[in-house]
Amino acid sequence: MSNVGKSEIRVDAFDKATGRTKYYEDRMPADALYVRIKHADIAHGMVKAVDKAAAEAIPGVVKVLTCFDVPDIPFPTAGHPWSMDPGHQDVADRHLLNRHVRYWGDDVAVVIAENEVAASQGVRALKVEYDVLPFVLDVQKAMEDGAPQLHERFPGNVLKHTDMKKGDYQKAIQEPGLVKVEGWYDTPTVQHCHIENFGCFAYENGGRLTVVSSTQIPHIIRRVVGQALGRPWGDIQVIKPYIGGGFGNKQDALYEPLCAWCCTQVGGRCVRLDCAREETFVSNRVRHAIRFHIVTWLRKNGDIAARKVECFSNQGAYASHGHSIVAKAMGSFPQHYPCDNMECDAWTVFTNRPAAGAMRGYGMPQASFADEANIDDCAAALGMDPYEFRRKNIMPQGFHDAFSGNTNYYDSFRQCMEKGAAYIDYERKKAEFAKDTGPIRRGIGLATFWYNTAVYPISLETSSNRMLLNLDGTVNYQCGETEIGQGADTAYAQMVAEAVGLKSYRDVHVISCQDTDVTPTGLGAYASRQTYVAGFAIRQTADILRKKILDYACEVTRQAVGNMDIVDGNIIRKGDGSVLMSLKELAMTAQYNPVHSEHITAESTYTIRNNAYSFGCTFAEVEVDIPMCKVTLKNIVNVHDCGSLINPALAAAQVHGGMSMAIGYGLSEQLLFDEKTGKPLNNNLLDYKLSTVMDHPHLEAQFAENPEPTSPFGTKALGEPPACSGAPAIRNAIFNATGVAIDHNPINPHVLFAEFTKAGLINDPWRSKED
Amino acid sequence: MYDMKALYEALSVEEAIALRLAHPEAQIIAGGSDVLVQMREGKRAGKELISIYRIDALRGVTIDEEENIRIGSLTSFSHITKDPIIQRYCNVLGEAVDQVGSPQIRNIGTIGGNTCNGVTSADSASTLHAWEAIVELAGKNGVRRLPIHDFYIKAGTVDIRAEEGEIQTAILIPKASYENCYGHYIKYGLRNAMEIATLGCSVNVRLSPDKSTIERCRIAYGVAGPVPMRVPTAEAVANGAKPTEALLEAFGNAVIEDINPRDSWRASKAFRQHIAVEMAKRALRESIIKAGGELA
Amino acid sequence: MSVQYKVVRCNINGKDVERVVDVRASLTDMLRNDYHLTSVKKGCEVGECGACNVLIDGECFNSCIYLAVWAEGKHIRTLESLLGPDGELSDIQQAFVDEAAIQCGFCTPGFIMTAVEILEAGKLYSDDELRKLLSGHLCRCTGYENILRAVKKTMYRRLGKEIDF
Repeated sequence: MSNVGKSEIRVDAFDKATGRTKYYEDRMPADALYVRIKHADIAHGMVKAVDKAAAEAIPGVVKVLTCFDVPDIPFPTAGHPWSMDPGHQDVADRHLLNRHVRYWGDDVAVVIAENEVAASQGVRALKVEYDVLPFVLDVQKAMEDGAPQLHERFPGNVLKHTDMKKGDYQKAIQEPGLVKVEGWYDTPTVQHCHIENFGCFAYENGGRLTVVSSTQIPHIIRRVVGQALGRPWGDIQVIKPYIGGGFGNKQDALYEPLCAWCCTQVGGRCVRLDCAREETFVSNRVRHAIRFHIVTWLRKNGDIAARKVECFSNQGAYASHGHSIVAKAMGSFPQHYPCDNMECDAWTVFTNRPAAGAMRGYGMPQASFADEANIDDCAAALGMDPYEFRRKNIMPQGFHDAFSGNTNYYDSFRQCMEKGAAYIDYERKKAEFAKDTGPIRRGIGLATFWYNTAVYPISLETSSNRMLLNLDGTVNYQCGETEIGQGADTAYAQMVAEAVGLKSYRDVHVISCQDTDVTPTGLGAYASRQTYVAGFAIRQTADILRKKILDYACEVTRQAVGNMDIVDGNIIRKGDGSVLMSLKELAMTAQYNPVHSEHITAESTYTIRNNAYSFGCTFAEVEVDIPMCKVTLKNIVNVHDCGSLINPALAAAQVHGGMSMAIGYGLSEQLLFDEKTGKPLNNNLLDYKLSTVMDHPHLEAQFAENPEPTSPFGTKALGEPPACSGAPAIRNAIFNATGVAIDHNPINPHVLFAEFTKAGLINDPWRSKED
Repeated sequence: MYDMKALYEALSVEEAIALRLAHPEAQIIAGGSDVLVQMREGKRAGKELISIYRIDALRGVTIDEEENIRIGSLTSFSHITKDPIIQRYCNVLGEAVDQVGSPQIRNIGTIGGNTCNGVTSADSASTLHAWEAIVELAGKNGVRRLPIHDFYIKAGTVDIRAEEGEIQTAILIPKASYENCYGHYIKYGLRNAMEIATLGCSVNVRLSPDKSTIERCRIAYGVAGPVPMRVPTAEAVANGAKPTEALLEAFGNAVIEDINPRDSWRASKAFRQHIAVEMAKRALRESIIKAGGELA
Repeated sequence: MSVQYKVVRCNINGKDVERVVDVRASLTDMLRNDYHLTSVKKGCEVGECGACNVLIDGECFNSCIYLAVWAEGKHIRTLESLLGPDGELSDIQQAFVDEAAIQCGFCTPGFIMTAVEILEAGKLYSDDELRKLLSGHLCRCTGYENILRAVKKTMYRRLGKEIDF
């Protein structure tokens, strides 16, 4: 009986439904000291002095440490696999606390106290003296001559510039009769908003340091803590309990190094560092705001003759994941709508904003917004239907990318679009909505994306795991790819049951919470790689386990190994299907055999040198109330080809969450900064407009299930893809409804007011006399 | 754990007045959904608090002997919305406070707290202005009543005399104000829940018995100025007028004469002016329909 | 500065209890630290996310902005109260499990407790009404879709009605 392809109940559902699941704070030792961070309240400057006296005098304050106390060891924070090639290593530009303040919210000092009130009072009592420097928030302004400089090593604030060229763009645009469609498309700074804020605690244990952290990447955190503290990596143990969401923010060393160091400064006592929501918004990581300049040259028949794409990525104050994000965004263009002549450039630029890092989609929601907005603009310029224009130009079946080795084995894009169009009733509604001319107008729009499943060949792609046959015939399973809410553990259980030959995924006990002392080394949860990558290692390790089981069964049953199989938790003879013994009997026999006792386990590492295209689209239907400057999303569907589904119900649930994030990206979410001071304005859940349940229509998730040939289980990316195409679909639906093409998101009422006024849809008579 | 210096709890109005006189620097806390948030932010950290939350005598909605609707100051938003007296005589108030924050906030938040904050964005405030509510205060010298318009002094400041030990005990809506009166509230927010109003507009009308004429129209805004405000120019346009589409236009456009929204990062002045006009038209239309009128 | 304490007597999850509490404590602090009810989660501590939601005398409250001393005399229920004596899930918990309404699980306890209040009203709410009643909880994982399904399904079951998804 197959264990994959079924909507099984999550392995962690019971505990989560009863509130038993332990997150980092639920494991907190009662005697932990509180660490509170003094964040800079200037956007750029040098710390001259910190007056600690008043803070130190507060009862309960144990210690005050400042940027003048930390070791001079710069370290990188990105949750990437370490590169053995120094040229590809992450940029080490952080100190535990910073004398050079590079954004409003930078970490200047800490107060360690016996209770949270004393710690907070201590932070408020610190007096920091700065040499204030000019600051810059905008990516283009940061590239100008004379702009404030953030890092000595990166003159001009450019962290990196890369380009891609194909054909001869300059020559191609000389072709007579081409239609030029040019736009600047701007995407905002947004934040992950996992409901559990980041936090961690650290204590010394047998001369080593243990850090318990709300992280996606425990093994990488061990390395970064070691690097930051200058300690051997074996000195560090990182434990990852259940976490309340991550979405990429926790794919970074946030405050684990600082917390671990604070622990060492108070004699190894347990210290806790809990980020408040306000800190999570500003002093963790954000999504890169990327500005795109796209010039597309079209033939009248709808062919794309040439395309130029420039991407300017706002890195904020520290490198974190750095150029990887915009490189991925740029890399999507030549494959999404292949054309013979392309010029692409990408810059990653430091500014005095919070550091941008990984976030669900890793550059692709930005690229999809710009690309799909421009594609709709192209269709409009030619008077073509946007769906038709895409069908004509989008990546065709058989398309192969030499760099990644990816192939579009099926006609996935067109299949996805067909399903989406059918669900939303595209043709009929488009015709009907075209008749709307009043203050309320309806519209329909679509957008597409492609996504790389894993990180090969950019980075190492590896997975290790361990299987242990229990004496009752069940299997314990461990791997370094973490459960962060997405349901990875359940998918693993299903795949392990399938690969080993167990009756049910319930016969697999996934040891969920990684502990770097005992969990096989893995890279954690990121990209959309879990199921794909773990699949290789699961297949390989299951084969080793099966061989050990059958070898032992051969001793007991005298049947040739090749004549036996493991099915539904029994060892069977293939010829007649007869059950020879159960796995329980085998395990008991093997363990307690007085002559040949064996503890049956398997462990292996698989280095993946494949990657896989994931595809999908969104269709969105909106109603625009022009005088009220309001968009109501009436209907939305995402269709994904993420290969074979291991668990269809959880896959759909994953899509819902991504769609919700995309709706926020399209319509409401944006972290704002005061232009005069660089101060964040809305770093809380009231003023930052995360969608509530009242802001969504029904979210429809559909699939075009084409098994991925490179994958042991036919799967490919689904974690991030649902967040990619929603915002541009909404943008295009608004364009369809009103004729107003808006080139920056989120498209909130303020934006609509400005754009409708510009377009003449709104005309306030009193404004001429006042403005 | 909140950074408070001390907590004093009053279980009766008399205790509250005595505590206020004994601790003039202390901050009154009702439901706490604003005070505790500010304390955590550090704005009110280290302060003394006088909790009046457990004075159950200040909860509930009644009709008093003068036929005023009397709303105890600690009545939660959700209880106001569910109250049959409110639903019958002043439904718009129940609808307005049903748009505060979230269900949990509506369970903890009180109408007294909402008005004593003195903030212009309070969802109850525009409706209370439009219905000419009376604020009742109790202090060492007894009970003082004043029109809600006079209660608001400036942004964040209301007329409560700490030196007299005053606390707010009730909000009253006089019979003359609510009789045969129907209204509509529109909250403009950037999402449909968990919002502070970008602008709030509350309109109510009393039609002639034959529904042909608007006998009285009142309109008030939140966030159109530093404190909630009435809009007399627009009211003058509607009073005595026939309910027509043209009236809606004229009424909406008249709003601009009186309102004074400001530019802030939350919204520009021009945007607030624009939606204020649109909201006035829509709220008047709904009010007329609720009152049984028809638009010609 | 001397810390001020107060005895707080209340009923938590069906049991009369009393404890000396620091008056500065929120109800979240008291439930988590003094009663080890760790289903009560902290997501914002200012009443914006709903993760700390509990029922007080049958109504939902964000316990983070509710002073512990106000619990005096109240009946408080947390998610821990829903599990049956032999570890059986209540219908609403089972629905969250069955409908894949749980992902990271951090918002789940708060959502379920609001669902309990909704279900105890014994009314048949429309989808729009349900959305409004659930709107005090933020979730980043589920898009709310399956949470809404779980609550709706349980509401129909309790009322003995056929569901019309």
